[in-house]
Amino acid sequence: MAKWDYDGPILEIENLSISFFTRMQEIPAVMDFSCTVQPGEAMGLVGESGCGKSTVALGVMQDLGVNGKVVSGTIKFKGRDLNEMSAEELRDLRGSEIAMIYQEPMASLNPAMKVGQQLAEVPMIHEGASKEAAWDLARQVVEDVRLPDPERILSSFPHQLSGGQQQRIVIAMALMSKPSLLILDEPTTALDVTVEAGIVDLVKALGVKYGTSMLFISHNLGLIMDVCDRLCVMYSGEAVETGSIKDVFDKMQHPYTQALFRSIPLPGADKNTHPLVAIPGNFPLPHERPNGCNFGPRCDYYQDGLCNISDLSMVTIDGDDRHESRCLRIPDIDWDAPIAVAIEQESAELGDVVLKFDNLKKYYEVSANALFGSSGASKVVKANETLSFDAREGETLAIVGESGCGKSTLAKVLMGLETATAGSIQMHGEEIGAVPIQDRDTETVSSVQMVFQNPFDTLNPSMSVGRQIIRALEIFGIGDNNSERRAHMLELMDLVKLPREFADRMPRQLSGGQKQRVGIARAFAGDAKIVVADEPVSALDVSVQAAVTDLLMEIQRKERTTLLFISHDLSIVRYLSDRVMVMYLGHVVELGTTDQVFSPPYHPYTEALLSAVPIADTRVVKKRIVLDGDIPSAVNPPPGCPFQTRCRWKSEVPGGICDTEVPPIQTLSNGHQLKCHLTEEILETMEPVIKFAAE
Amino acid sequence: MLIFLIKRLGVMLLTALCLTFVVFFLTNLYPNLEKVAKLEGTQRMTDAQVATFLERNGYTQPVFTRYGEWLGVLPGFTYTNDEGKVTGRCIRRGVEAATAPVRCGVLQGDFGWSVVFKDNVGPIVWKRLGLTGKLMLTVLLVMIPSALIIGVLAGMREGSRLDRFLSTFSIATTATPEYVSGVILIVVFSSRVVDLKWFKGTATSAMEDANLGNFTLPVITIALYGMGYIARMTRASMAEVMTAQYIRTARLKGVSFPNIVLRHALRNALIAPFTVIMLQFPWLLTGVVIVETLFNYKGFGWLLVQAAGNNDIEMLLSVGIVSVIVVLVTQLISDIGYVYLNPRIRIG
Repeated sequence: MAKWDYDGPILEIENLSISFFTRMQEIPAVMDFSCTVQPGEAMGLVGESGCGKSTVALGVMQDLGVNGKVVSGTIKFKGRDLNEMSAEELRDLRGSEIAMIYQEPMASLNPAMKVGQQLAEVPMIHEGASKEAAWDLARQVVEDVRLPDPERILSSFPHQLSGGQQQRIVIAMALMSKPSLLILDEPTTALDVTVEAGIVDLVKALGVKYGTSMLFISHNLGLIMDVCDRLCVMYSGEAVETGSIKDVFDKMQHPYTQALFRSIPLPGADKNTHPLVAIPGNFPLPHERPNGCNFGPRCDYYQDGLCNISDLSMVTIDGDDRHESRCLRIPDIDWDAPIAVAIEQESAELGDVVLKFDNLKKYYEVSANALFGSSGASKVVKANETLSFDAREGETLAIVGESGCGKSTLAKVLMGLETATAGSIQMHGEEIGAVPIQDRDTETVSSVQMVFQNPFDTLNPSMSVGRQIIRALEIFGIGDNNSERRAHMLELMDLVKLPREFADRMPRQLSGGQKQRVGIARAFAGDAKIVVADEPVSALDVSVQAAVTDLLMEIQRKERTTLLFISHDLSIVRYLSDRVMVMYLGHVVELGTTDQVFSPPYHPYTEALLSAVPIADTRVVKKRIVLDGDIPSAVNPPPGCPFQTRCRWKSEVPGGICDTEVPPIQTLSNGHQLKCHLTEEILETMEPVIKFAAE
Repeated sequence: MLIFLIKRLGVMLLTALCLTFVVFFLTNLYPNLEKVAKLEGTQRMTDAQVATFLERNGYTQPVFTRYGEWLGVLPGFTYTNDEGKVTGRCIRRGVEAATAPVRCGVLQGDFGWSVVFKDNVGPIVWKRLGLTGKLMLTVLLVMIPSALIIGVLAGMREGSRLDRFLSTFSIATTATPEYVSGVILIVVFSSRVVDLKWFKGTATSAMEDANLGNFTLPVITIALYGMGYIARMTRASMAEVMTAQYIRTARLKGVSFPNIVLRHALRNALIAPFTVIMLQFPWLLTGVVIVETLFNYKGFGWLLVQAAGNNDIEMLLSVGIVSVIVVLVTQLISDIGYVYLNPRIRIG
């Protein structure tokens, strides 16, 4: 089947409903969903996990598995209904006319096939190309996705590439036969921000070059704004608002969209003066959806007798470009009303220094080959290099950096899971850096605790929630008997705002946010003085993130805990931390208060990092700095400044000392520290990366 | 790679040494030696006669000395009787004492004397191993392809009718031990009960001249048992691979189903069963005991039974060495093959 020409929209979805059928019941995943993608247009689908955005994508691909089925509605691709196509016709279409890019690049490439083979397969199937022609095309497309040394890339296996390179290969694979429609399902979620920025740039450029229409699925509003022309906000299986980026971002007409924007930390939000507004309640399960408006139970504008009566349909907003919303009270709501300011909090006063890192070093020795013994010389991974900083009581110190920068190693050494190679960590003047956790006394253990990234994996699935907290209390030696501990556990449940009945529930009965609250309760069980929060909200949905973050802040304020907040999400860091430490390849490259770090002068790496963060605000103007290449390996770090291989300011330093000398720490005004060779005069010339357009 | 191989060989030698010493120690306990003496002499030997016999043949030396002699690191035991005639470990019948070598052990390539077969151990082991090798190879040729085909067919569409049917079949064959399936097969295909008489119920003639008539039943008996197991492993691995995201990628780039299975899934699905297949070799080596006895095929399993039943010390030791070598060599092949199948692993 040749590609056919069609003048109308590339993709027209009308009143699509998709259900999954289990033995027990029918679970509707998508209901009454409509959207249109014009040629060359990029359409964003945004929503929280479980809202059905991926199901829509798979519906377009007609790959819903054994249980999924399109119940009603049509999906027209270039005027032809995909639902009525035979398996044969669909196979012709997939990969040649419609291509898909996935969330996990590593998982979506075949580990046992060479990259070139996987790429060349596409034209060989669809165009009957010869092997040589297919490989030539593969080489060309690999160059198009800006990968260096295509020949080497084509003959390597997926595991030999970095995450960013893998995702470029997946994109190359999708572009091999110049499809009309590209579906991107969270293409950058698994990647670091600077890598993400590169991929996003690439996708945009290729969209223009090949004239491809895109369906871009993401939970990140900032990314959608960067990439798309229009977007569609989904909630619980329905589209709730759709329109152009400008209309939806600036003149939103649905309470869910509004709530979503209020729960993400945009520049200007601050934990004390402008706290985030979390969306109350939980996402309804597919078989527990309420009557009428699905968002009703969590909506501030809910009106009994109106919103919960019958199913709602999309209403067109007059005056805007194809702007629609699924709300009955659009005219009644004052959309411009300012956010009801939550109680303004006193910023907590900082106490004494409780934690002091002094020239901490952690090196790992790895044998060149882990499986077959130490054949070859062993190598040293320098995970942490000369870290010196301190943290005060009641302070939130954020540790920022991309994967592999050594922030998790730092946490491990502090926790005692690893011991320091050199240097010291002092807690209340007591040396703990060289003491492994099994040799620490109970008090030390209970006063340094951790909240983990993934609440789904860190709770024991076969033990009730309350029991797990009591277990922590037992270990910390709190309470004399079981009933005392149980009482204390219930208090902890109150502290993290979980209903007391939840104590007897099993972890699987809890949502992600609730599980993370249990994790927090467990960390605070022994009156922890220092809590290391390792990406505590990155696995959670946007609307839940705000609630969990605020809870953490509130407990911290109450208990005067020192919080080490490890994150790669600069928006949230800016929102909640007092001081920020930026790490790169095991080095602290910048350390200062939040304001110092987020405004110039920057360390060149911080500058790139800030520019890479997508911000969901149409008023923000960003300077685009895309870092070339990958993070160098910690096994073989570059000589001199760790960042010199990707630094855009390198030419400003005379004498090429970046290549040879590790820069000293410069202390600017008010204790703002930078590890850079740039002189103060040049640093002064730096412009802010994020600016608000003139209002 | 070379270092890896040398290391593996070292491990193999060490294991062989430990294992043979354990066997040596156990077979050289006094009651066992008494048995040897009575087998060599007469059943009605008195205790004193037994003691003399053992002393004259060097069985009373310390166990380490005797183990050293067997290994060939110590000079062989000699005994000069009252008439001045020298007999000893290294002096075989019909050989002059003066011309006999001083040391005769494994290191000299001499695996000893079998008291049961009244012959040198080496040639016997080689001959029986060859016969079993023939049986094993035929079994593998039948078993592995059919097991993999069944496993892949069952696993490619998990839960389908084909999957259910093949899974039931493989569970049934694995659950039936050889001594049951062998008997059933003999009854059905070679006895007068069903009157098919397609194949012979004995494989004795297959030792000289294997053909479809006399070799089919023993091969099928072993293959059926092992096949179900490998097929189940392959099915599980295949089913898992078929749900992997890269299979979805392949599907959504328009690869046809047969090509998905053959080009994308197969190599990944074979990683897990490969180890299992390699583990089948040692199992086959001892697993043939029952089938060789059942079909009267005088191979390695049969030899093992004979040697163990009569405390044929040096034969048992050689059998032990062969087993160690077979186990470790197959595991070595398995490790190397694994690297080929799974590009994420490289031998440095």
